[in-house]
Amino acid sequence: MSEITKQSLSELVESIKSKKLSSSEVTKAFVERSEKSKELNAYITEDYANALNKAKKFDEKPNLDLKLPGIPMAVKDLFCTRDLRTTAGSKILNNFVPTYESTVTQNIWNEGAILMGKLNCDEFAMGSSNETSFFGNVQNPIDKNLVPGGSSGGSSSAVAAQLTPITIGTDTGGSIRQPASFTGTVGLKPTYGSCSRYGIVAFASSLDQAGPMAQNVKDCALLQEVISTYDEKDSTSIDFKRNDYSKELTKDIKGKKIGIPKEYRVDGMPKEIEDLWKKGIEYAKDCGAEIIDISLPHTNYALPTYYIVAPAEASSNLARYDGVKYGFRAEGENLIDMYEKTRSEGFGAEVQRRIMIGTYVLSSGYYDAYYLKAQKVRKLIKNDFDDAYEKVDAILTPSTPSSAFKIGEKTNDPVSMYLNDIFTVPVNLAGLPGISIPAGHDAKGYPLGLQIIGKAFDEQNILNIAYAMEEKINFKNNITDWWIK
Amino acid sequence: MSIDLKTIKHISKLSRISVDEKKAEKLAGDLNSIFNFIEKLNELKTDNVEPLTSVAETTLKLRSDEVKSKNLRDQVIKNSPKENEDYFVVPKVIE
Repeated sequence: MSEITKQSLSELVESIKSKKLSSSEVTKAFVERSEKSKELNAYITEDYANALNKAKKFDEKPNLDLKLPGIPMAVKDLFCTRDLRTTAGSKILNNFVPTYESTVTQNIWNEGAILMGKLNCDEFAMGSSNETSFFGNVQNPIDKNLVPGGSSGGSSSAVAAQLTPITIGTDTGGSIRQPASFTGTVGLKPTYGSCSRYGIVAFASSLDQAGPMAQNVKDCALLQEVISTYDEKDSTSIDFKRNDYSKELTKDIKGKKIGIPKEYRVDGMPKEIEDLWKKGIEYAKDCGAEIIDISLPHTNYALPTYYIVAPAEASSNLARYDGVKYGFRAEGENLIDMYEKTRSEGFGAEVQRRIMIGTYVLSSGYYDAYYLKAQKVRKLIKNDFDDAYEKVDAILTPSTPSSAFKIGEKTNDPVSMYLNDIFTVPVNLAGLPGISIPAGHDAKGYPLGLQIIGKAFDEQNILNIAYAMEEKINFKNNITDWWIK
Repeated sequence: MSIDLKTIKHISKLSRISVDEKKAEKLAGDLNSIFNFIEKLNELKTDNVEPLTSVAETTLKLRSDEVKSKNLRDQVIKNSPKENEDYFVVPKVIE
């Protein structure tokens, strides 16, 4: 059985298409491994019995022309799934059962995949370590008591531990790429507007994007091809010509110009990150790419900008949780008292903190000083990228300023936690696609990732660069199954 | 700049999140360290910069004004904490 879960998504698709394996055999293998892996706490809600039934039904009348034929998949618990509880990692949505399906997950089921369950995440995707989840922290399969990154921490843990062949996460400031980097997996944040936001629990609407998290670049390209569609239910969805990302995938990146931004050499960055970046530059050269030094002068202002824009949008989006229409309600003496108690008891500390920041920066007298200022700086950050893309086709940076840290290490200092996203946040602010690929290990043997940032709508190009570099890097994840007794 | 307890109480009221003294003090500490970090933006001159409101340089698509889904009453009410027939129920507002 264990051999099945070791296969990549592409291999499993091939095995099912050539009838070497049935959907039931594959689903059973992943369900059994998931059941043995409860200590990772990667799942919030399991739906194994339904998954096995759906697999049986698929096998009775298999449609092998689909892109994900009978493939079991667990997804981040931020995607609404019809008739299956969707919590966003929050007490306030503890009992919420959607009556509709998110467009991204619907696209996945339309291609034949089968839902196995919902994966843990930081509450409302606000966190970088999965420690803000109401359902407890998640273990990184790399080592005990190590965070899996966040906010898509259940997703990164589940893919790295092979509890699901592939998954989806969401990325508002790094929530796909940082956990991918921490677990030795591949994570793509697509261009803003590439994947529909319909049915995804909203955090910061101008930054949120869904994307694939996978064991390798080819699998990642295949899932991106499935989830990226124009959707009239999301008014910010963009109608552009999408590639057949997996079919058009090529390792031929000869002559591609790759930019190295000097501002990403931040103060106090560990030497091993610097070394990894240098190694990455050599790999890119080996693949035939041309390396060009560039400047993104406003990089240092990206995090402060993000911590105005994201909480401002979150405070508006989360106003809907009032204990009236759905979710948790605390009893109160009157209507206002009910609202205040519901939100105080229903939201965790980090979410409350961000709602307060957002409310403050949008409040009367402070709007111009904070929110408008941040929107202007956001423009300068986007201009930096526009200028850089006059000279280069893509940009190469580290994914994170460090490897994964221990559970509890940064929970008491919000700013040090926020600094984790220093290399990923600018990409969201500019609405660009970015992919993190595993590229090496630190002295402790923990994985480190490199990020490739592309032009808007140029997912194919960064997937190709990642695909070419992946072969040269030849990364191997050290997973010992320490949690399986 | 410093955010005092009075400001915290004000934001908590606007946010509809009840905050006791202990929580208010913790929040004041956290918010002050976050705003110290945010103040960095004041180093930049932005008088002549257009604010960015949308990263996508496209205009919103128009669509025909027609009903696409209807009779969703049961679905809409299904997750409410308290309902009575077709209505959401809340604590009494008018005496």
